[in-house]
Amino acid sequence: MVRMILTGNESAAWGARLSKPKVVAAYPITPQTSIIETIAEFIANGEMGARYIRVESEHSAMAACIAAQNTGVRTFTATSAHGLTLMHELLIWASGARLPIVMSVVNRAMAPPWSVWTDQLDSMAQRDTGWIQIYSENNQEVLDSIIMSYKIGEKHHILLPTMIMEDAFILSHTAEAVEVPEQKLVDEFLGEYEPAFKLDPEDPGGFGSLIMPEGPYMEFRYKMALAMDEARNEIRKVSQEFGELFGRHYPGLLEEYRTDDADAIMVVLATIGSTAKDVVDIMREKGKKVGLARVRYFRPFPYEEMRELAKKTDMLGVVDRSHTFGYGANLYTETKGALYGHSSIPVKNYVMGLGGRDITPSVLEKVFDDMLKIAKEGQVDREIEWVGLKGDERWS
Amino acid sequence: MRKLTIPEEEYMLPGHTACLGCGAAIAMRYVLKALGKNTIISIPACCWAVIPGVYPRRTLKIPLLYTAFEVTGAAISGIREALNAMGKEDVNVVGFAGDGGTADIGIQALSGAVERGHNVFYIMYDNEAYMNTGIQRSGSTPMGAWTTTTPGGKKRMYKWEPKKDVAEIMVAHHIPYVATATIGYPEDLIAKIKRAKEINGPKFIQILSPCPTGWRHSPDKTVEISRLAVQTNIFPLYEVVNGTYRITVKPKNLKPIKEYLRLQGRFRHLTDEEIEMIQKHVDERWKELLKKERCSNEK
Ligand SMILES: Cc1ncc(C[n+]2csc(CCOP(=O)(O)OP(=O)(O)O)c2C)c(N)n1
Ligand code: SF4
Ligand SMILES: [Mg+2]
Repeated sequence: MVRMILTGNESAAWGARLSKPKVVAAYPITPQTSIIETIAEFIANGEMGARYIRVESEHSAMAACIAAQNTGVRTFTATSAHGLTLMHELLIWASGARLPIVMSVVNRAMAPPWSVWTDQLDSMAQRDTGWIQIYSENNQEVLDSIIMSYKIGEKHHILLPTMIMEDAFILSHTAEAVEVPEQKLVDEFLGEYEPAFKLDPEDPGGFGSLIMPEGPYMEFRYKMALAMDEARNEIRKVSQEFGELFGRHYPGLLEEYRTDDADAIMVVLATIGSTAKDVVDIMREKGKKVGLARVRYFRPFPYEEMRELAKKTDMLGVVDRSHTFGYGANLYTETKGALYGHSSIPVKNYVMGLGGRDITPSVLEKVFDDMLKIAKEGQVDREIEWVGLKGDERWS
Repeated sequence: MRKLTIPEEEYMLPGHTACLGCGAAIAMRYVLKALGKNTIISIPACCWAVIPGVYPRRTLKIPLLYTAFEVTGAAISGIREALNAMGKEDVNVVGFAGDGGTADIGIQALSGAVERGHNVFYIMYDNEAYMNTGIQRSGSTPMGAWTTTTPGGKKRMYKWEPKKDVAEIMVAHHIPYVATATIGYPEDLIAKIKRAKEINGPKFIQILSPCPTGWRHSPDKTVEISRLAVQTNIFPLYEVVNGTYRITVKPKNLKPIKEYLRLQGRFRHLTDEEIEMIQKHVDERWKELLKKERCSNEK
C-alpha cells in the first residue's frame, strides 16, 4: 500500500487502473476530463494494459463498452452531466443486457444555464436505468468503490452495471491523502473476469433478439429486479471482505454517524456527509442530540436500513442536491416510500446546493435546528423546503 | 464448365421473417458466404433486427449482437478492441445496418469508428428508406421517390433532394476500402467482401438492396431491378482502394433511367420532365465518377 495525494478524479483513474479493465471507451466533459487523461497517461506509459477507444461521444462510449463487455472483457468509462444524460438509452441497454460495466460519474449541474458545478440531477435522472448507484464522500471511497463494484457486479447472480459518483470539484478536483492498494491484493480480491456469456464464433449466440409479449421479456426484467435486490446482500458481504483484506471498512449501503440517541437525523448523499458530520459534532457539544445518515448506495435503496434508522429517532430531515419538479426530490421520496406503513415520524425535504451552491456548516446548523423543532412538535411545517435561496433570510 | 464462384456454405438458415423477394435478406446471405464462420456481426434497429427471427430462434449461424439504432459504429469498435485485447485478431467484426442507421442517425458513430481505424467491416444494406418503421424517407432515399413521409399529395411533396452519398463520405475519411455493390451482381459483391477481408482497417461496403414492400415492386423483380440500377448508372458499382477508384461493372448497353423507374411503384407519379431531371442528375454523377476513376489512377 502506498499513500498518495490524489484528487477524486485521479482516485477514480487509480481505481480503474488497479481493476485492470481490458477496454476503456470515453469522451471528455468537464469535470470528468482528468479521469480519462490520467488513464491515457497510464496506458501511454505502459502502466495500464487497457485498449483505449477515444470515441466521438458519450453515447458511443457506452455503446462501445456494452459491445466490448459482451465480447467478454472488463470495461470502464467515466462521464458527467450532459455526457451521462446523452447515454441514457444505452444505460438501460447495459443493465438489460446484464453487463457489469463500471463507470465513474462526476455529478455536475445540467444546463441551461450552463454550470459545471456539482448537482445530482444528472445521476438522479438515471435512477430507473437498472444501474447500481454509489455516492462517494471522499476520494478514498471513490477509489475503493470502483474496485468493489467490479467484484459485486460481476457475480453471476448479480450481473449489473455500477456508477460511482463524485461531487464535481468538491471531490473531482480536490486532492487529499489516499491509500492506493497493492496491485497484488487487488488482483487477489477481484480475480480474473469470468463473463457469464460472450460473443464467440465457436458458440454462436445471439444477444438482444426480438421478443414477443408472450416471450420472456417480463421474466428477464423480473430477474433483473431480483438481482438488484440480491445486490444488497452482496454489497454488505463484499464491503466486509474488502475491509478484511484492505483494512478499510465500509458500512454497506448506509453509513450512520452518532444516530443512536438522536432526536433528529439528517439523511444525505455524497460530500454533504463530511460537512454534516462536523456539524453534528458541534451541535452535540452544545447538547443538541442530532445524528447523520449518509446513503452510500442509492440503488439498490437501503429501505431496511432506513426503517431501522427511523426507529431510533423522532424526525428525519432529507437533504437533496437535485429536484424532481412536481413533488419532492429523489432521496426524500425514496425515504418516505421506505418508511410508509412502518414509521409515522415526520420527514422533511430540504432542497439545497443546486448548481454547486455551497452547503456550509452554518446553513446545515440552521437546518438541524429546524429539524429539532419539528422533532419536538411532532409534525412538519411544510413537506419540501428550498434552503439557501437568494433573499431568503431564514437560512442566511 | 464454369467454376462456381459463390461459396456453397450457408450461414443463413431457412425460416427468416423477411418479406418475399427481400433484397436485404439476399445481401446478408452473400456477405456471410464471403466472410465465413469466424465472424461476429452487430445489427442495429432496422429490418434486419427482425429478419433473424423471434427469440429464442435465430436464422444466422454466427454470433450476433443487436444494438441500439444509432450505435453500430461504436458497437463494432467495442467488439474489435475486446477481441484484440483477448488476442483474437483473426475474427471478422461486421456491422450490418440499414441506410437510415448509416446515413442518418448512425452517421456520427460510423464516422468516429472509421476515423479511428478499427479493423472492421461496415455493411450498409441500402433499401433507400426506413422500411422497418413503414417506409419513411431517409437521407439515402433517391430523388423523386414516394415514401410515407414524402407522400406527394396536392403539393407533390415527394423526396426531391438528391440521395446522400455515404460511400463518398467514407472515401473522404481516407479509409483503405470503400465499395458499392448490389445483390443482382453476386460475384462482384462477394469478390469485394473477399478483397476487403485482406485489408487491415475500416472497410465500408454499401449494398443496394431492393425492397419490394417499400419500393412497390413485384417480389420477383428484385434481382432485375438490382441489375437495372447498375445498367442505368443510377447505382454504379465501384471500389476505392486506398483512394484509387475502380468501376467494377461498366454497363455495355447503357439503359435510360426510365427503365429502372417504371418497375417501381414509388416512382409511378413522376412526369416526363421529372424523369428527365433525374436522368440529368444520374448522368452528371456518372461523369463525376469516371473523372474520379481517371484522376485517382493518374498518380
Ligand atoms: C433512437 C431510435 N429512433 C427511432 C427508432 C425507430 N426505428 C427503428 S428501425 C427504424 C428505421 C430503420 O431504417 P433503416 O436503417 O434504413 O433500416 P431498414 O428498416 O430500412 O432495413 C427506425 C426509425 C429506434 N429504434 N431508435
Ligand atoms: S420491408 Fe423491405 S427490406 Fe424490410 S424485410 Fe420487407 S422487403 Fe426486406
Ligand atoms: Mg432502409
